[in-house]
Amino acid sequence: MSVKKLFVLLTVLMLAVLAIVPVSAQETIKIYTSWPLQGSMQPEGESMLDAARLALQHYLDDHDGVGPAGFNIEIVATDDASPTTGSWDGVIEAENAQRCVNDAACMVYFGTYNSGAAKVSMPITNEAGIAQITPANTYPGLTHAWDAGEPEIYRPSGEVNYFRTNASDDVQGFSAAAWAQCLGFTKVYILDDRQLYGKGVADAFAQRAEEIGLEVVGRDGVESTDIDFRALLTKVRAAGADLVYGGFVIDSGGPQVIQQMDALGLFGSDIKFMGPDGLVNPALVEQVGGADVTDGNIFLTFPGLTPQQLTSDSGVRFVADFEETYGYEPSPWSTYAYQSMQVILNSIERAGVNDRAAILEAMRGLSEFEGVTGIFGFDENGDPTITALGGNIVEMGEFVFSTEISPTMNESCDMGG
Amino acid sequence: MSLELELFIQQVFNGLTIGAYLGLIALGYTMVYGIIELINFAHGDLFAFGFFISLTIFTALGIPRPLEGFNLIVVLPLIFVVTMLLSGGLNVLIDRVAYKPLRNAPRLAPLITAVGMSFALEALFAIWQGPSQINYPRYFPQIDILRDWMGLEPQLLFITTKDLFLFGVTIPLMVGLTLFVDRTKLGKAMRAAAQDREAASMVGINVDRIIATTFFVGGALAGAAGLVWGLYINSGRFLMGFEAGLMAFTAAVLGGIGNIRGAVLGAFIIGLLKAMGDQYIGGAWSRIIIFAVLILLLVFRPSGILGSTQSIEKV
Repeated sequence: MSVKKLFVLLTVLMLAVLAIVPVSAQETIKIYTSWPLQGSMQPEGESMLDAARLALQHYLDDHDGVGPAGFNIEIVATDDASPTTGSWDGVIEAENAQRCVNDAACMVYFGTYNSGAAKVSMPITNEAGIAQITPANTYPGLTHAWDAGEPEIYRPSGEVNYFRTNASDDVQGFSAAAWAQCLGFTKVYILDDRQLYGKGVADAFAQRAEEIGLEVVGRDGVESTDIDFRALLTKVRAAGADLVYGGFVIDSGGPQVIQQMDALGLFGSDIKFMGPDGLVNPALVEQVGGADVTDGNIFLTFPGLTPQQLTSDSGVRFVADFEETYGYEPSPWSTYAYQSMQVILNSIERAGVNDRAAILEAMRGLSEFEGVTGIFGFDENGDPTITALGGNIVEMGEFVFSTEISPTMNESCDMGG
Repeated sequence: MSLELELFIQQVFNGLTIGAYLGLIALGYTMVYGIIELINFAHGDLFAFGFFISLTIFTALGIPRPLEGFNLIVVLPLIFVVTMLLSGGLNVLIDRVAYKPLRNAPRLAPLITAVGMSFALEALFAIWQGPSQINYPRYFPQIDILRDWMGLEPQLLFITTKDLFLFGVTIPLMVGLTLFVDRTKLGKAMRAAAQDREAASMVGINVDRIIATTFFVGGALAGAAGLVWGLYINSGRFLMGFEAGLMAFTAAVLGGIGNIRGAVLGAFIIGLLKAMGDQYIGGAWSRIIIFAVLILLLVFRPSGILGSTQSIEKV
């Protein structure tokens, strides 16, 4: 009898211990990151990884060392670059995504850097029902209607499982129009190179310009290999424009247009040029004839804020602690590696369980979230509801951050930053 | 003057400036075709070569800008001469290496070789000067003639000393070439070789030398066009010869390939079509208009506006 009593007692004790233990035994949730960690991308990739680690460290510091919902978080860093080419590789990217899917502890797939790579991994994580979030992809078609069939072709299950905390390329066009109005421009002539990216941002610019009452006095697509734009620029001048918006990249006519605008005296007559980040390239200044041509005449947008441009308290803390912990300056996209990691941790916290579907659902429901670039949530496509972008000017032949811009900045035109 | 009228005049002027540099390039196409019935696709790249080599010379000499006095009157013409000699020489070399061994091969062989030569030159330019846009510093002084010299206040018209320079170089070269072909003994020999190579050699003309001369003159003109372009537009790229060559070749066909006056006329027509197309129809349509005109013309007048030296054969 006493043996039986002892057995019962032991059983009760065991059950009691078991009831308490799960809280402290800490089950692990794994987050797989996937972006290039070798080749020319290595510095950027390494910095992004450090930024993600720092975001986790900050979370733990702020929560007495306890992970989100009591879980232990492990970052599993994978590399989607090919050792032979040094740049992203679709096969490796697919393998990385598959590893996450096959690892029962993997709850979030954190990648990619290249939009092309995201096109590969998105369908894989989508079918598995795993949340995927990017630290850098700007291609619009990943989240909303853009090229034929997008974004549905990346969502075989029909559900949205992919998110980004940075702006897509088209938001640049919207923001550029708002910024142009704030700068006092009233009549815009829009040019583009008729390519996917260039025409895309120009279309976005035209759409927003119409909404906010910025007059578009003309629109032309140019042959990207053309070398003589003088007839077109004569037309621009005759149309009475005070700004040319050019949807170009560095090798599709943009430099020629800028340089010929100067040669034809357009800059001298206070007709300026604005363009997207495809032209944000240090070589541009030299190509168009140096600082005399560019200074004060060129405005270029960039689809995000670099760590150094962050003004929020959490952003300042991120940059300061990053430099102290790792001993170097965070790279441009580290902002979004840090912010997307913040979103991951917050989603796990709200889900409260280590369940892929629950965490995905929580991420979908993100709203009024305070990230390093500002307060935002996700819309029905997985895009951030509010995004901050950078407006750059040229001073002494160098690109200089001038102000934070956004698609709605024309409502208040606060250009203090 | 109304803005509309000024705009029209300015666009006609823009069209003529385009015709001026295209004409120099088109001459080389038409001369070579006239003599050996080869469409020298690498010809446009000679234009790019003239641009790059003259820029290299300017940079190497460390000439201050804008050009003034001695540099403007003596050094610039010298650079012109050197650029033309080098471009002409390169064209002769290309002929020697790539086309001459195929002189009696089927028509398609040298044609494909010419395309290959064009790609090879473009790749070499990209290695030599880099693949991106290159700035050609403003050596030639740019002064607004109407406002600064004549004190007029037009709303739109914009004509500078660079425009004078463009016409001042290209028109004499075109006239000079026409006189050379029409009046000199060498020109007469060229015309003879163009008419009938075998008969020309029978009457004692050294046809190989005449062909080399033709390549040299054509290359020199394209090189001059490259230099003028650099000083006029101040910007270029390793692929610029493709774009310019395409338009110049079209001009040569439009005017009647093999016909020297036709090439110049064709170039001015193309320049005007481009300027008018950009202004009144839309930049995206300009190329469609140019080639639609070309096709229509060839349907109704297969030998071009002024007539070809020989009937156009299918290539």
